[in-house]
Amino acid sequence: MFYREAGQFKTTYAADSAHFPIFQDKAFIWLYLAIGFIAVPLFADDFFLGAIMIPFLVFTLAAMGLNILTGFTGQISLGSGAFMGVGAYACYKMTLAFPEVNIILLIFLSGFFSAAVGVFFGLPSLRIKGFYLVVTTLAAQFFLEWAFIRIPWLYNYNDSGAIEVPQREAFGIIVTGANASPVTQYLVCLAIVVVMTWIASNIISGRIGRSWMMIRDMDIAAELMGVRPLYAKLSSFAVSSFYCGVAGAMMVFLWLGAAEVESFDYNHSFEILFMVILGGLGSLLGCFLGAAIIWILPVIIRAVLPPTVDFITPFTINSAQADLVSDIIIGTMIVVFLIMEPLGLARLWAIVKQKLRVWPFPY
Amino acid sequence: MELLRQIFWEPFETMYALPDLLLQTLWEGFVSGTLYSLIALGFVLIFKASGVFNFAQGIMVVFAALALVGIHALGVPPYLALLLTLGVMALLAITVVRVVLKPLVNQPDIILFMSTIGVTFILIAGGQLIFGGEPKAMITEELGLPTGASDWEVGGGLVIFQHIDIAAAIIAVILIAGLAIFFNKTKVGRALRAVADDHQAALSVGISLEYIWVVVWFAAGVVALTAGILWAAKSDVSFALQVIALKALPVLVLGGFTSIPGAIIGGLIIGIGEKLFDLYWGAPILGGGTESWFAFIIALIFLLYRPEGLFGEKLIERI
Repeated sequence: MFYREAGQFKTTYAADSAHFPIFQDKAFIWLYLAIGFIAVPLFADDFFLGAIMIPFLVFTLAAMGLNILTGFTGQISLGSGAFMGVGAYACYKMTLAFPEVNIILLIFLSGFFSAAVGVFFGLPSLRIKGFYLVVTTLAAQFFLEWAFIRIPWLYNYNDSGAIEVPQREAFGIIVTGANASPVTQYLVCLAIVVVMTWIASNIISGRIGRSWMMIRDMDIAAELMGVRPLYAKLSSFAVSSFYCGVAGAMMVFLWLGAAEVESFDYNHSFEILFMVILGGLGSLLGCFLGAAIIWILPVIIRAVLPPTVDFITPFTINSAQADLVSDIIIGTMIVVFLIMEPLGLARLWAIVKQKLRVWPFPY
Repeated sequence: MELLRQIFWEPFETMYALPDLLLQTLWEGFVSGTLYSLIALGFVLIFKASGVFNFAQGIMVVFAALALVGIHALGVPPYLALLLTLGVMALLAITVVRVVLKPLVNQPDIILFMSTIGVTFILIAGGQLIFGGEPKAMITEELGLPTGASDWEVGGGLVIFQHIDIAAAIIAVILIAGLAIFFNKTKVGRALRAVADDHQAALSVGISLEYIWVVVWFAAGVVALTAGILWAAKSDVSFALQVIALKALPVLVLGGFTSIPGAIIGGLIIGIGEKLFDLYWGAPILGGGTESWFAFIIALIFLLYRPEGLFGEKLIERI
């Protein structure tokens, strides 16, 4: 009833392979873009932008990176936090070396550094898979964390050991540093995420993406059919770390403003993995949904739970305990989702769409 | 040239000049190696019997130690607290098997692995919520574990043996021997090995998978409790231990995922190797702190040449 594609005929191959073949989807996407680019900056206050929307976008991009590797190529990684760090430190060093260069360009370029590191640590995936890969990506995580502390050149010999974002401009507008307005930062983030999502969607539905999925579904069969595992796996590692690197650079330059090694520790790798699992393995929409739920749920619980507990029971809990409660809820949700719906929120949305399509009939 | 000298000559010169330092490092490496082995042993037990790569093993170590300290803090006598903690671990085993693993039977391994990450998260947050996040002292003396230290004179220096370390090594050996007897001589142990060999064949001769899994998770819980007590007796009960427990993963890679002797030897190699490397190569050349990644990098290099580990079974894949 609501989602009927009846009467929408595809007359060209281009229309058939479009990203959003159905009119309703197209309308929704333009609506979301309009909300994102126009309504949110107009009506949201700085807190909402800085504490919810920007981190949400950053983590969406990181989750997209991990989803490319885990969801589309079937290689588990617990090193995404460190790859984000590589992007952030690369961007920091580059902008110190070339202060006049457009910072948005540098954020993109820093992705290439983390892609190179990602390919290096992805090399073992040619011989091993599954749990063994967890170990090698953890190797990346711990080694890079160590490097961020022990190589002072990376943080420019600061006494604090932290990187602090200098003020930088893009197209004559201040984008980073303390004087940048959250609205600008939000719009830059959103633009980057939209562009990168569009690129990811094209890669995934193209030849490279299909070779990734063949490797994921059965690598030996894929090899027999002419997919070269070397190129497929390493390109997946490269693209995945590229996305993580850009997300890391965005995280430091457009959100945190300063960062040290704790911002890239292995807890972040887990958080990103959870976003991918909850959102949906092998779905770009899932990255958005997963990032939203993992980032926004704790914010809501922190705001709602302590007053509610105060009101209903004689106990009081502080915000740290509320965070723990949201951790438990997220852990439980992971288990429940894996049991009930291993493909995550994205699959739930697909089911809802199907229900809307046939409503009011059951099928 | 200077670098080559630093790598190939100076460490050995120091070793020869200060044999007491070398022996002390070897001993410390041996002790932390036994603890890595214990944690890795918990992984191997569960992996063998159910094919689940239990990421929660590390936090189970912390959780068991926390539960012990927490129950004792309520005024329960130490040995009774130990028994109650075993009860907690049994309860945990039953819950995990019933609630998480049973509904996920026949799912791909990666899904089961991720579900144990979910369990890890629940245990971390739950443990902090129930017992508090601050580090606590282990009730070493109350449990009758020795605390002093003895010296041994070697080549003009002193090598110090903490008694708790000696006790840790002995307890680890006893535990491993006990598990070996349990696996090889008892009926349940035979059933366990049957399940590890072939799930379906084991089911067809009337072995209850669920029961076996509970037993295995409980055994892993006991191993975790032992590792938790011994480790926390050396430092503190804190959640930082969970990160250290992740080092059991490279140990597994070295030893092979399915081999108990492999876990033990792998643990010793990693434990001794990382201490030696950090003292003689890491600190002078790389500025120290290499213990956080040495094990992982060794595992990474090792995987490139021998993916099945030292004692693992070679994987043969068919389409």
